[in-house]
Amino acid sequence: MIINTPAPMETSTIKADLAVIGAGMTGMAAALFAVNRKISTALVGQHSAMNFASGIMDLMGVHPAGQQWDDPWKAIDQVRYDLPDHPFAKVENTLIKESLEEVSNFLEGKLPYRRSMGTNVTLVTSVGTPKKTYMVPKTMWNGVKALEKKAPTLILDFTGMKLFSARQIASSLEKIWPGLRSKTIDFPKSELLEELHPEHVARVLDLSANRVALARRIKPLVKDVEYIGFPALLGMYKSVETVAELETLLGRPIFEIPTPPVSVPGIRLQEAMINGLGINKIFYSLSTMATKVTRTDGKEFITTIKGNNGNQTIVSKAVLLATGRFLGKGLVAGRRGICEPLMNLFVTQPESRDGWHRTSLFDPKGHPVNRAGIQTDSAFRPLTSSGEPVLDGLYVAGSILAGSDWMRMKCGSGVAIATALAAVKAIETAGTEK
Amino acid sequence: METEVLIIGGGATGTGIARDLALRGIRSIVVEKGDINAGASGGNHGLLHSGARYVSNDAGSARECMEEADILRQTAPHCIDDCGGLFAAVQGDDENYVADFPNFCEKAGLDTTAIPPEAAREMEPLLADETIAAFRVRDGAIDPFMLSLENMAHARALGATLLCHTQVVGFERQNHCITKVWLEKTGTGERFSVEPRQIINATGAWAGKVAALAGATTHVLYSMGTLLVTQSRMTQGVINRLRPPSDADILVPGGTVSILGTTSVRVDDPDRIRPTVAETNLIVEQGSKMIPSLEQTRYIRAYSGVRPLVSQSSGVGDDRTVSRGFVLLDHASDNLDNFATITGGKLTTFRLMAEKTANLVAARLGNKTPCTTKTAPLPSTLDGKWTEPGIAPSVWFAKPAGKKDKILCECEMIPESTIDAIATALRNSNETPNLLTIGRRSRLGKGPCQGAFCSTRVLAHMYNQGALSGPGGVDDIKAFLDERWKGQQAIFWGDQLVQAELTEAMHCGLFDLELAQPGDHGHDH
Repeated sequence: MIINTPAPMETSTIKADLAVIGAGMTGMAAALFAVNRKISTALVGQHSAMNFASGIMDLMGVHPAGQQWDDPWKAIDQVRYDLPDHPFAKVENTLIKESLEEVSNFLEGKLPYRRSMGTNVTLVTSVGTPKKTYMVPKTMWNGVKALEKKAPTLILDFTGMKLFSARQIASSLEKIWPGLRSKTIDFPKSELLEELHPEHVARVLDLSANRVALARRIKPLVKDVEYIGFPALLGMYKSVETVAELETLLGRPIFEIPTPPVSVPGIRLQEAMINGLGINKIFYSLSTMATKVTRTDGKEFITTIKGNNGNQTIVSKAVLLATGRFLGKGLVAGRRGICEPLMNLFVTQPESRDGWHRTSLFDPKGHPVNRAGIQTDSAFRPLTSSGEPVLDGLYVAGSILAGSDWMRMKCGSGVAIATALAAVKAIETAGTEK
Repeated sequence: METEVLIIGGGATGTGIARDLALRGIRSIVVEKGDINAGASGGNHGLLHSGARYVSNDAGSARECMEEADILRQTAPHCIDDCGGLFAAVQGDDENYVADFPNFCEKAGLDTTAIPPEAAREMEPLLADETIAAFRVRDGAIDPFMLSLENMAHARALGATLLCHTQVVGFERQNHCITKVWLEKTGTGERFSVEPRQIINATGAWAGKVAALAGATTHVLYSMGTLLVTQSRMTQGVINRLRPPSDADILVPGGTVSILGTTSVRVDDPDRIRPTVAETNLIVEQGSKMIPSLEQTRYIRAYSGVRPLVSQSSGVGDDRTVSRGFVLLDHASDNLDNFATITGGKLTTFRLMAEKTANLVAARLGNKTPCTTKTAPLPSTLDGKWTEPGIAPSVWFAKPAGKKDKILCECEMIPESTIDAIATALRNSNETPNLLTIGRRSRLGKGPCQGAFCSTRVLAHMYNQGALSGPGGVDDIKAFLDERWKGQQAIFWGDQLVQAELTEAMHCGLFDLELAQPGDHGHDH
């Protein structure tokens, strides 16, 4: 459960070394890295953004247009060579590895992830496309193996689900995975419902009795199959236990398949990160948004946040902006251009709106607007239009950075996590120097 | 394949002719290279003109509009939102034109009522504070898709045939007659021929190209107009800028949305049109002088149509000064006895265009039955039903509790049963149900999400129903989303750009659809 720390009674001002603005993957990772380095941290942001996250973590997959890589590290080398503006050009491989390791270790006891050291892995998405990625929740890992072996596999869905069709997946993949079968079953006790929401099912399966009832319905269907695949809704807070118990009951390895939003694994990840950080180590203000960041003469930042409990302010020595792109409101697009709304930072962007998008959504070259964003120096300090750092103590990380089209290059989580660590290290270094 | 009449073009005119002929007992085949209303018939305001727009420069067209609009109000009321309209001038507009307007209307025989600007703003609260004059007119809104689908449905019930995705590729001619027309299925390339007694070229902007194929000449100019769709309905009635016809001077309600346009840009090729950023900027700037909130509102789509303008003079000057009247050519001067071209005109006058064309062809066939479309009611069928905004939700709401099926398109509230009904109707007319064809016959993908979610849900549903199998779903969803993209690219700013990012995050970021190869995504990557 997420516990929002109530606003302090005596005053609405919080003091911290670092204010992280934005609670998506970048902001959460940055808060983790900062806490691990004994930097007192306040995290502000709307957590709804993680509903959109699929839960799988890409590192680096495609570059240039349409070329897929099995080895993400080779791909990153190529990106550094070809695109000096890409955030990966500002970080070393050792730092990227360290950042992934730190997140992965942190999650291990809460929401374990799996990866194949050094290479991308392939899993199947809910529309039946094979997809390469880097780290996947442990609950999806058997899907990677089942696809690799093209093992006889049954994919299940439930009557009343809208965004997931087991039959679609099996039918779409019939050429490359002939051993795939599908079946729709009624989720226990859901017969009277017209619609089944993944979040509700996930919460129901957190209780063992419901898993037993579900397994009883599945058991007769699994005689000739080696693996069983489900939409990603096997438990909300207890997904590992849910999968383990179903595997025991069914006697088969099982796996989850990532779905479009609302995405249960995205919510799990958010909650695992935030709760794992612990309320004693960090101040959060979720469900809120920073509305203003200013700096005092004494070189402290004052971040104003608006929430249901009124206004609060955070006074901090450093600010890390991890507000994301358009969906996260880190960037705002008007008819005449793109701006950064919180501090009016300089945004690198195509000359006019004419150049934002290509004529086909699926153009392999990707849309230039997705490379618009904030340019930084090697310490992830934002730059003015003339290339000077805007302010000491101000840092930027994640998808708001210019130069990385994460949707096409498949580098979203990799850039988020690696640049978060790079920025936090720069903050740590700057703090020590003072 | 034999038929009395082959009609080329499945827009408002072609489908209107098919119905007119069918009512006279003449059988026809309509061939359409795309789908119903794929050209200008589907790329317009959906304005049922009072005629007042043309009073200053084309009184004949103005009068024609007025008369035809009245006929449609009587015969096809289910296709019409008789919402009324206003002409409004704002500070800075030509005051002479404002002063002359009532006289122009009177000369053309149109009813207009001057109303004080304050009263106009009470009727339409979003009108600019700077409104200086206003007149009430009998404009309305008409659903062009429902109209063509219903015309075609009625014609088919009376014996006509519709062949969509079928293109004319050649004519065989003996002396003064075309004896055979070669057709090609655009999807498969399969060729076959028809031997009609009469051929009608009702291809709108493509009339010149088709006539040339038959060895005849028709000079058509292409004037592209772009329109923007707002997320919600802004006004009760139609709002016209009270000035000589110009850019972005009409805002028409279209059920739950409003449509703002248009521009007039001469283009060389009707097959290569697309709304541009420059046009959308111009439309928003101009439109917001009339309705200031058009500057802030969310736009969900832009689209373009090509007006076919038949050049009868030197073609100098603004395309708006070229007559919006229609042209019926009998091609006698091309030494052709059984070929006719109908083009130009407006949606509002499509029935009259159909009547004149059918008169010519009926006379050539020796059929003396008179035209009845002035009075014969247009039956309401299921074919056109689902294009109407709000119809799917109202049908769904009317179902008893416990019988309500799942909503697949949440923006426009389209449930599974509606998708199934449309799929069945498509199969009954030899069309393949897929996201594009279902989208053309419903509001699917036309809400704020522009297909991001509903495409996935409908695809999943169609697989579950057995309506789809194999890997084709990936091509289907890509084609559908690209069609939606085409209409949004020029209006990606504000909330709609946020939507675009979400769409791309889902379909490229997660599903990797941009990496899927057409035909098979069986690449084991």
